[in-house]
Amino acid sequence: MSEELAIHARGVTRVYKAKPSPVTALGGVDLDVEPGEYFGLLGPNGAGKTTLIKILTTLLLPTSGTARIAGFDVVNETAKIRRVINMVAGGEQSGYGLLTLREQLWMFSQFYGLPAREGWRRVDELIEITGLQEQRDQKVRTLSTGQRQKLNFARGLLNDPWVLFLDEPTLGLDVAAARDLREHTLAWKAAAPGRTLLLTTHYMVEAEQLCDRIAIVDRGKILALGTPEELRRRVQAESIFRIELDRLPANGGIAAIGALPGVLSAVPADDGVADGAGSDRVALKVALADDSALTSVVTAVAERGSSLVGLAKSEPSLEDVFVELVGRGFGDEDEADPAP
Amino acid sequence: MSGYRATPASGPREAAEWSNRRIVAMNLRAIVGRAYPRVIGLTREPSWIFFEILLPFLAVSAFVFVYRALDAPEEFVGFVVLGGAMTAFWLNVVWMMAAQFYWEKDQGNLELYFTAPMHLMSVLAGMAIGGLVMTSSRALAVIGIGSLLYGVSYNVQDPLALVAVFVLTMIPLYGMGMLFASLFLLWGREAFHLAQLLQEPIYLLGGVNFPLRALGPTVAGIVLATLPLGVGLDAMRQVVFPGAAEGILPVGAEMAILAAMGVVFLVGARLALGYLETLARREGRLTLRWQ
Repeated sequence: MSEELAIHARGVTRVYKAKPSPVTALGGVDLDVEPGEYFGLLGPNGAGKTTLIKILTTLLLPTSGTARIAGFDVVNETAKIRRVINMVAGGEQSGYGLLTLREQLWMFSQFYGLPAREGWRRVDELIEITGLQEQRDQKVRTLSTGQRQKLNFARGLLNDPWVLFLDEPTLGLDVAAARDLREHTLAWKAAAPGRTLLLTTHYMVEAEQLCDRIAIVDRGKILALGTPEELRRRVQAESIFRIELDRLPANGGIAAIGALPGVLSAVPADDGVADGAGSDRVALKVALADDSALTSVVTAVAERGSSLVGLAKSEPSLEDVFVELVGRGFGDEDEADPAP
Repeated sequence: MSGYRATPASGPREAAEWSNRRIVAMNLRAIVGRAYPRVIGLTREPSWIFFEILLPFLAVSAFVFVYRALDAPEEFVGFVVLGGAMTAFWLNVVWMMAAQFYWEKDQGNLELYFTAPMHLMSVLAGMAIGGLVMTSSRALAVIGIGSLLYGVSYNVQDPLALVAVFVLTMIPLYGMGMLFASLFLLWGREAFHLAQLLQEPIYLLGGVNFPLRALGPTVAGIVLATLPLGVGLDAMRQVVFPGAAEGILPVGAEMAILAAMGVVFLVGARLALGYLETLARREGRLTLRWQ
């Protein structure tokens, strides 16, 4: 396998001409993606994800900076890049409705130069893998949205790409179809080692399920980059537990728990008493320097006459990470994406 | 799941190295691939028989009756039927070639074409060949029905010349469509209007329903310099109705003009396509949907 990075970007900017003033879609992106890595760009609309994909797939020129795919420059070596990549976008309506699913895939296989017979063989193989056998002779215009997107996914694999770009691939799909597509993506990862995936999405679960590393992007900049675990640790270094007790601890109560070595804080949980009327149950939110301090907490609770009823570790979500980094949630978008 | 992986290359650097032979083969396959939906469309959409043969044939019939009412020479009926057949090619060029990139952009196909390794000229060539095959059957149907209904008799003394004129007409005609495909995308946000803008004037200037000579020397000269349909029709009428059809120039000269037009339009199409791609990548529009 080549030692070249699958994707390498340095200081990539993209400014769109617009009135009354130019719009900066990318403000200096640095990115390295290793061969075989599944990498996610997570951000709201207008973050610049699609613009970055357009540049990396040779559809757009960067205003400044450099970008390479498998070592090939996206500005000057487009022909070589186009031989080893493919792209699938969410909501894609590509192809021609009067063709059958099988014919459509074959047509696209010809654009990548597969010999005619090999093209049909490859098409049948991908139809089987993606579970579209029943629809193989159905006209494309009669396919459901989910079937259509599976077809698009199969199209994206026709040339066995070394770098596959998935731009919001599950956009508009129902839960089952989206899960199906994610499973196919993971199956591709297992079956074709060395292949690289760049996924853009604003679905946290999708990014977390598919990606080895994630970059959180907003307004044309990468705000944070790492594994999902690393990103979560950025906003929450301590371990937080929700401890449910049958009654308040005696001898100093919650304050005594908070004073234990390794315990950073202990406060009543937001939802307070866990049970119905007449119950003494109480829920605590306990922050620990690390998980090992949990033993002393459990012991101290027992010594103070309380029994442990429930215990759960509280993990921040990627959305928490995003809110922490950006200062707003995904639902609070304030700007349209300058790129389609 | 082994089907997920298909190529034996050990890495992307190796996979990206293609021989010239492979590049040529890939572009030829792309031409066939892009022609495929057009050709297969013949069997999938039988409604074309009504909309693209029977309806346009009404216009042809109208001119036939006008000429008969005026006691025009019987060859004029043949001129109109031949013009009606050639009109099918012009409509195909305007609606299915010139406007095609525009429709492709709307469907999201254009950006997939740009990111695929084939040359975009192969896409245009595939569109042209597919369109030519599809339209030839329509043109033949018009000639067949016209001949049966109106008793047109043809007097082709040099079939080779007829084939040569036809081929030499189609090259610049579809070359023009290939050129317009890029220009429509560059100019217009509504390909529909641009196509309409071109459609009707060419019926007049192309001499579709009357001998080109009737336009007078100045206009006929302009047609000879710019419109492959007009030149091709003029030459074809001379070959199919020798003696009866007096052309603007001898057939040989018109064939030379058509050959030169072919080169001009194909080179123009190539340049326009290059400009389109550069602009698309620089400006960030044109290839992208809804822009």
